[in-house]
Amino acid sequence: MDELLRRCEEIVRDVGFATVRRWKAEHPDGKAIAYFPVYAPVEVIAAAGMLPVGLHGAGDRLELQHADARFGSFICSIVKTTLELGLTGRLAPFDGMLFSSICDSARNLCFVLKRNFPQLYVDFLHLPHNAASASSREFLRSEYARLKAALEQLAGREVKDERLREMIVRYNENRRLIRGLYEWRAEEPHRIRAWELYVLVRAGNFLPVEEHTALLREAYDGFARRQAKPRDSIRVLVESAFCEQPPLGLIRLLEEAGCYLVEDDFTLGRRWFTADIPTDGDPLQALAESYLDRSVTSSVRHDWRRPRFRVLIEKVRARRAQAVIFLIAKFCEPAYFDYVLFKRELEREGIPHLLLEFEEKMYTFERLQTEVETFVEALLFE
Amino acid sequence: MTEYRGWIHQRQKELMRQWYARLDESARTGWPPAICLMISGNCVEVLEAFGIVPLYPEVNALQLAIRHQALGPILAAEEFGYATDNCAYVKADIGAYLIGVTPTGGKLPRPALVLCNFVGCNTYIKWFEHVATFLEAPLYVLDVPFLRDEEPSPADVAYVVAQLRELVQRIEEITGLRFDMDRFREAVRCSQRVEELWSRIKYLAQRVPSPFDAYFDAITLMGPLYVHRARPEGVEFFRLALAELEAKAARGEGVYDRERFRVVIEGPPPYPYFRAFRDMFARWRATAVASTYSTVGGIWEFGFRHDPEKPFETVALHMLAHNLTNRNYLQRYDQIRRYVQQWRADGVIIHFVKSCRLFSAGQGDMRDYFTKVLGVPTLYIESDLEDPRYFAEAQIRNRVDAFFEALERHKRASAV
Repeated sequence: MDELLRRCEEIVRDVGFATVRRWKAEHPDGKAIAYFPVYAPVEVIAAAGMLPVGLHGAGDRLELQHADARFGSFICSIVKTTLELGLTGRLAPFDGMLFSSICDSARNLCFVLKRNFPQLYVDFLHLPHNAASASSREFLRSEYARLKAALEQLAGREVKDERLREMIVRYNENRRLIRGLYEWRAEEPHRIRAWELYVLVRAGNFLPVEEHTALLREAYDGFARRQAKPRDSIRVLVESAFCEQPPLGLIRLLEEAGCYLVEDDFTLGRRWFTADIPTDGDPLQALAESYLDRSVTSSVRHDWRRPRFRVLIEKVRARRAQAVIFLIAKFCEPAYFDYVLFKRELEREGIPHLLLEFEEKMYTFERLQTEVETFVEALLFE
Repeated sequence: MTEYRGWIHQRQKELMRQWYARLDESARTGWPPAICLMISGNCVEVLEAFGIVPLYPEVNALQLAIRHQALGPILAAEEFGYATDNCAYVKADIGAYLIGVTPTGGKLPRPALVLCNFVGCNTYIKWFEHVATFLEAPLYVLDVPFLRDEEPSPADVAYVVAQLRELVQRIEEITGLRFDMDRFREAVRCSQRVEELWSRIKYLAQRVPSPFDAYFDAITLMGPLYVHRARPEGVEFFRLALAELEAKAARGEGVYDRERFRVVIEGPPPYPYFRAFRDMFARWRATAVASTYSTVGGIWEFGFRHDPEKPFETVALHMLAHNLTNRNYLQRYDQIRRYVQQWRADGVIIHFVKSCRLFSAGQGDMRDYFTKVLGVPTLYIESDLEDPRYFAEAQIRNRVDAFFEALERHKRASAV
């Protein structure tokens, strides 16, 4: 188990993308498509015989030499480290990059990359914000069809519906296992550590789905065999780290300071759907309808049929969380905005909460540690 | 330094006062109903077809800033939970609501509908979700696909048209008013005329000297452009504005006694220091001959017009493709390039505003493109459009001075 987790951590920390290079060496005609960074219809990419890679910047593993000047002050780190990966040649294993309508900085990054790397296929998916409108279904299906056609051209082959359905089956299985691990952790948070689940799930961003599914199964066995004793911790739901990821040290710190993480939104794209995507009928339609009707809630997906602040309360109740910790990346505007309505609703419901701001490049956590410890103590001894 | 202040400036103040009076009336009597919407790529023609008065939170925010009343509401919003790094337009607007302040002191109505015409700016959705929540008003997010390619696809247009029709139905249900197709066509016809007149005004800035400043004076014209575009008084205003500026051009009059520099300005202005910022350019007798900010609500100088024969389709096309915010970043580079070349500018001023990531994220790359690829002198400065705490006046003035000094040397050297 330790070896498995060590391997996952290594994959997650690798800004040289060794797993992607290895896959390309094994698939000489294969293409790798990076998606930035929350959600993409990976099934379409995989069905085109390509490797979809979830790209969350470079974290604390890359010094900014060039990208700071291109993006200026007040812009989040993940946008800059992603561009830095490109400007330092590290995106070489990729043939394309896919963006979507998550925020304004990310959207501009898409086109800055397009200008600076004309050899790359760079595309932007418009994921609808009006899920209540019947017309959004047809629109999103056409958007996925456009993506499929672009990938077919890049791959030089047609993507058959059968192949798409097969990929939906494989990713459904993968997501089901991840959902299962999250359920299990909520029941026995002492058995599955937050950082372990984090690296385990996020490693999937860099691996073919079948390989990641096998790895998850191995982890199930490992966790089941593990002897673990409950600790004196409070049950906490972590929200707002859906895009830029906090340093691993910060996730570890939360647990060490006395929190059981019973829910979080780290690398949310890997378990984007609350239920399986249907595998019968038109696969693009199934993908589109699932995005509109079966997605998890996130600050970058807008669907006023169920306001996110209400869903947060539902999640707190479902996981029996005692408190919410907001982990907000510096300059992440979607998270800052949602925090206002989340905070208001939590206060109405009498649920304690704590806001922590982080940056990818954070090496010392003393101040945050004191804040978390004080917060936990207040709850443990109230 | 004096610059042109004519009839246009007085008349636009009257028109804005009229608009606030309508809002005040709506707030007091409940009639006409008001609907909140966004400036960028707005579909005000649909509202006009119902006789509904538009309520633009952005205009309120900028009015607060230009009247030096923004800081109080911003601090109130931060106290409430907004971050220092949230858009200050939103904070000023929501904060003003929290502490009960309006730009004119008059009343603002509770909107019958909060209509988020989402064209590019993600902050719009968050902002309007908050407005709808705090005012307990219904929300409709009209989702406009971002312009990923050069032109919108038929699927994009169909999607927006379907939502516009849905919106019409929603407004009928909420207000009890009936949609009037003839009135809609008339509103679209007014817009078409205003767009033609506005576009001709913009082309006057190609003259040397330019009879008006296409950044600072254009902002004066933008109020009536958004609030009255689809109304006969809008048409009348722009007809007379064009006549006044054409007469000025015919007399060979520029913005200043002698125009020394022609620049293109990218980015919104620092509203809390609007006057001070303008003076920095005025002292060099530098005229903005084009600006991207004046195209937030619509880009008409390259030919697009609303069409009363195809009202829904052209309203959709305007939202999709003919406003700055829904166009992609490289299309903005290209727009500025065209301005530099066709409006014969000496350089580009990039004003990074902290609040607006849609405008500002990546402007360093934009500078790289203009200086290194095109060889156009470019100045990059940073402040904010709403929050007075981010304007370092002396520092910005020094940079502006240094830029024009260098430009002067450059011009002299090229003249030899």
